[in-house]
Amino acid sequence: MIFGLLMITRVNPISSAMTLVGVFGALAGLYAMLNASFVSIIQILVYAGGIMVLVIFVIMLLNLHKDDLQPMKAQPFWVILALAVLFGTILGPILFCVLPNKDWAWALLTPDFGTLMAVGEKIFSDFLFPFEILSLILLTAVIGALVMAKRKL
Amino acid sequence: MELYPITPNHYLTLSAVLFTIGIAGVLTRKNVFMTLMSLELMLNAVNLSFITFAKVNGDLTGHVFVLFVVSIAAAEACVGLAIVIALFRLKETVNLDMFKSLKN
Repeated sequence: MIFGLLMITRVNPISSAMTLVGVFGALAGLYAMLNASFVSIIQILVYAGGIMVLVIFVIMLLNLHKDDLQPMKAQPFWVILALAVLFGTILGPILFCVLPNKDWAWALLTPDFGTLMAVGEKIFSDFLFPFEILSLILLTAVIGALVMAKRKL
Repeated sequence: MELYPITPNHYLTLSAVLFTIGIAGVLTRKNVFMTLMSLELMLNAVNLSFITFAKVNGDLTGHVFVLFVVSIAAAEACVGLAIVIALFRLKETVNLDMFKSLKN
């Protein structure tokens, strides 16, 4: 949470990207605590390893100067106002009305809950078709990104 | 010292807080990168509640869904950054206020 707050307030995109890596690392730890070892590993590999490298690479590629970034600095007034309004409208009701009335308990888990084998079996039995569609989406995204980033068609 | 047990509500609260921070980031920052990264933060907040409910219900469907969301996020980051590069070539800035026109 502290990393997340730092993220939206930094002027320099690089430093906020680094704090976002901190958020992802902390979330991977939480996933591991929630018996989701495979998802935790994927979080580190794909987010901290893949997406953030891509973001940092593009930030460095564009080669921004400090003077260009100054006008886009976070205004503390607007950040605080947005947080306050959102807290009152979305977060407040959830935190104070919904959650205290629910007492969810952890389910009794089988020992292989969340392991690679169990998740893999689930994907390739019940979710085979969405999985194949997903590969199509990734292919489309890669081709689309290539076309858009190309200088001339 | 007795440790206080961590209930699902703690995880859900953290998820809601992270999601709110993500929305605030999208709304208040003018930098394109900041907006994209706040979007990632919101996706992660939702993933956290998926994983929490997967453990509450003892069902692996949540894990599968999180894996799908992560893949879609990767695709989205890929396309989004390509758009940012194309826009930067056109306008020489990453300030969202400059991207107003839909033509020319």
